[in-house]
Amino acid sequence: MSDEALSEEAMQNEVVEVRVHTDPVEEAVERLTERFPEVVEDPRPDFGGYMVPANQIRDVAAYVRDELGFDYLSSVTGLDLIDEGKMEVVYHTYSIDKGGSALVLKVHVDREEPTVPSLTPMWPGADFQEREIWDLYGINFEGHPDQRRILLWDGFEGHPMRKDWHEPFYEEEHKPFGSRWPGGEVFRAEERNPYGKNVQYPAGWQPESLEFNPDTEVYAGMTVTREATPGLKTEKVTVNMGPQHPSTHGVFRMVVTLDGETVLKLEPVMGYLHRNHEQIGERNTFIQNIPFTDRLDYLSSMGNNHGYVLAVEQLLGSKVPERAEWIRILMVELNRISNHAWALGFLLNDMGAFQTPALYMITERELIVDFFEATAGSRMMCNYMRFGGVAYDLPTEFRGQPTMEFLDELIYEQIPRFIEEMDVYLTNNEIVRARGIGVGTLSAEEAIAYSTAGPVLRASGVPYDVRRAEPYSYYDELDFDIAVFYNGDVYDRYLVRIEEMRQSVRILKQILPHLRSTMGAPIVEGKPQYAIRVPRGGDAYGRVENPKGELGFYITAKTRSSNPERYHVRAPSFINLTALGKMCRGHKVADIVTILGSIDIVLGEVDR
Amino acid sequence: MYGLGIVKGMAVTLRHFTETYLDDLRWAFRGGRYHNEEALKVRQHLGKNRGAVTINYPEEKLPMPERFRFIPFLVTDDPPPGQNWGHDWCTSCGICAKVCPPQCIWIKRGTKPNGRPKPEPEEFYIDIDICMNCGFCAEFCPFDAIKMDHDYELADYDRTYSHIHDKARLSKPISYWREIVPAKAAAEEAARELAEQSKGKRRSKDDEPEPQLADDVQRQLFYKGVLY
Amino acid sequence: MATEALTSDVPVPDELRSNVFVTSLDKVYNWGRRNSVWPMVFGLACCAIEMICTAASRYDLARFGMEVFRATPRQSDLMIVSGTVTKKMVPTIVRLYNQMPEPRYVLSMGACASGGGPFKEGYHVVDGIDKFVPVDVYVPGCPPTPQALINGLIALQEKIDQQSILTAPWYRKDTPSELVPIPALGPDLVDLRQLDIIRRHAGTVQEHTITELAQKTD
Ligand code: SF4
Ligand code: SF4
Ligand code: SF4
Repeated sequence: MSDEALSEEAMQNEVVEVRVHTDPVEEAVERLTERFPEVVEDPRPDFGGYMVPANQIRDVAAYVRDELGFDYLSSVTGLDLIDEGKMEVVYHTYSIDKGGSALVLKVHVDREEPTVPSLTPMWPGADFQEREIWDLYGINFEGHPDQRRILLWDGFEGHPMRKDWHEPFYEEEHKPFGSRWPGGEVFRAEERNPYGKNVQYPAGWQPESLEFNPDTEVYAGMTVTREATPGLKTEKVTVNMGPQHPSTHGVFRMVVTLDGETVLKLEPVMGYLHRNHEQIGERNTFIQNIPFTDRLDYLSSMGNNHGYVLAVEQLLGSKVPERAEWIRILMVELNRISNHAWALGFLLNDMGAFQTPALYMITERELIVDFFEATAGSRMMCNYMRFGGVAYDLPTEFRGQPTMEFLDELIYEQIPRFIEEMDVYLTNNEIVRARGIGVGTLSAEEAIAYSTAGPVLRASGVPYDVRRAEPYSYYDELDFDIAVFYNGDVYDRYLVRIEEMRQSVRILKQILPHLRSTMGAPIVEGKPQYAIRVPRGGDAYGRVENPKGELGFYITAKTRSSNPERYHVRAPSFINLTALGKMCRGHKVADIVTILGSIDIVLGEVDR
Repeated sequence: MYGLGIVKGMAVTLRHFTETYLDDLRWAFRGGRYHNEEALKVRQHLGKNRGAVTINYPEEKLPMPERFRFIPFLVTDDPPPGQNWGHDWCTSCGICAKVCPPQCIWIKRGTKPNGRPKPEPEEFYIDIDICMNCGFCAEFCPFDAIKMDHDYELADYDRTYSHIHDKARLSKPISYWREIVPAKAAAEEAARELAEQSKGKRRSKDDEPEPQLADDVQRQLFYKGVLY
Repeated sequence: MATEALTSDVPVPDELRSNVFVTSLDKVYNWGRRNSVWPMVFGLACCAIEMICTAASRYDLARFGMEVFRATPRQSDLMIVSGTVTKKMVPTIVRLYNQMPEPRYVLSMGACASGGGPFKEGYHVVDGIDKFVPVDVYVPGCPPTPQALINGLIALQEKIDQQSILTAPWYRKDTPSELVPIPALGPDLVDLRQLDIIRRHAGTVQEHTITELAQKTD
């Protein structure tokens, strides 16, 4: 789609020649501002991106997508600029072909009755993200096909991410709270709430005014409709899967409309693990957010740490010492392997190989997790990276063995052995093939349009990997291939994950000598500090290729502040789910579970 | 061929099953495969293990690595003979309470008879129903006065009173810390000595001036990056 | 309720009072129950991953007869609340609890389930599942390691050991099994047992921080 547009473009003028040598964003911006004179650079100091008038965003987006080749709408973020009396929506678009950094579009609207034209009709990947912004900020997306709350429930009072909305346990605007020291008097927050719980009700609300039917939420949508076509009686049944269901990988719910066994429509319902990550993150100081990011995608906490510190390091202007970078890559790639081992184990579980493969995968994962425990202190919640480095050096020994020796064994023997074992037993297994091939297909165009990321995107034949597209850390020096497969079905997603594990092993082998040669070098820039203030304000977007896909952190801060003003997570699991309904349509009920398993979601990240 | 995959899969399970018994034989004359420290060491190293990997938890426990973190505790001196409590190391400087991400530490600073603040906490609470075991308090305490415990066996029938740990519950003598993490404790000790030498005078026991943060942070760096 | 069974003085029927047989019967009865506690497959958040690891080969819950994770509440004895309980999820949890047959036990795993955990201050988090269903064992930690969870399960077994077939409320006709009213989702989570207080205080919380609220109630 974009290719055609580009080649057409190439025939008309000679910009193509120049484009190869310049930054794609710069060049695109030149053309964009030429075409739309109203589009101007963000006037605030240290803020990047381009301001687009709200009524033009659709045209600009169409131009950016079709003419400029920035066809991948990665992230949509809402902001409440309470000081300026404005609401803001930020769009990060990337070019799949050219890679590089984002073309950032920003729309400012009035804080009273904020309305922005929806981009969902042209970029279906914006669907859930716009619903989330409506839910949390109350920005109305005009033309959105289905604008409902997504994380909270219909009827919730207020839009909680607005800066003037306070939750029941509201104590102070920013941490640290004054009541903790020096006159700290211990209390449980619920003791001070008249209800003894984390709840509040609007003034004048009388419970009688509500019909209390606790079933409405859980059984919403469950219906049977009969169509009496002459001679043939068909029934459409809407059923509910989850939130408590053994194969939804957590508290995820799907409302499925069936015709017999065939899925007509599938609608994901989420928010059952909405833990207010972003709101808590805006109250936290910068460093306090690191352990919270562990709990986003709790199967790959190292990767989450990495994305977050990258974003804040942009604001701080830190330089990471060499050894710290190698250790980071070591941890992140080990994390990728352990995450994929888990994902594949449970994918097999979903395919009907109940428990046994998962048990083996968990055992293999334990070895890596043990190493995390010895290095970072916790099996899952690593809290390992710091701004400008990592928290601790590698331990000198692990399980009575020198660490480097252990890593050699791990990387050269154990992990390859288990990947090969898995390959031998599973890849050509007839059940895996029968349940995987041709199931849940997503074409390359759809994968891009739905903003999917990670293995889902690459299984559809789009060779997009942040480690290559916009290299961070030392990834540009490392030699590895992007795992790509072209059918976009469950089986290919399985293959992508196996191949990614192999590539991770390849990366790990390359960094071992560096770890040896930098032994004893500093692992963090300067002195470890707890009271960190950003020297400059502005916004920063840090993104990494997490095992689940592109994980991005959008952070804005005021100059010399110790807290982020806005802290947004571009959660790959959440956005990948946008395509779930599309993938499941036309398949059988039993395939839903497999397709969901092949996306590999973690609810901590979906709901945040 | 249909069914081959299942046969292959079953073969893996069979292999693991028999390996366990072969391993049993291997350990038969060396104290047995279970409840045996030597054997556990091999078995917990999953890469070297053969057969079943199970750790029989209440009877044999997986040793925790030194950096393992669970609920924090406060370090005190070893109690003098005949007394229950040693001197608190904590100076109630409040850094841990400020850095704690979910803000679950409450410290009441002590006061001297003349009303001036005393470098000792009068009360110290941690709500372990909020604590996220992140270890920041231990990481940034400039006095090594708060550490992450390894005691994870805390299951309880009630939480109303027992889950807010007060100072008495939190305090543990330094000898306990040396016992659970010998290497790190030694490194910290060396670092402390170094810091005191560089300061040129020993701290007097009761009226200690607050040390400069820069020194302490350097000291931390010393045992984190170089020595340990 | 299991908790009450421990504390309340349920009168022992006279004809059984002198029966020495009962204690040994209790032993057998409890031995059977403690070694076949079937948990429900019920993962909420990060702690669920550690729960799954506990059930997997390395820590192996089968040694305690607890490996049979049931997907339906009707067949399970134990609900391991493993992770953050949110307002949207709590009606479902209470419903599942109500559907479990007696004797039923609840283990609250991790800081979040016990008291809200690090996310307690959030607007969508329930500060402790024990506000809604009675909890038998609390396992602190974030996340509790698999060994810590097993420690909690052993504590549960000890609790089961102390129960007696005579006083167990689930065999008695006079103590009907207690159902917890399922909370509803209004403008916020509505606990149907609290309607009176809600009516009285509606609106007070929004206007104050919790520090001010403390002064108000003093
Ligand atoms: S940081 Fe250390 S010395 Fe300061 S209050 Fe906390 S425990 Fe005490
Ligand atoms: S471990 Fe983390 S959450 Fe717990 S008390 Fe220390 S700083 Fe606070
Ligand atoms: S207690 Fe910690 S690990 Fe468990 S669910 Fe809560 S945040 Fe996650």
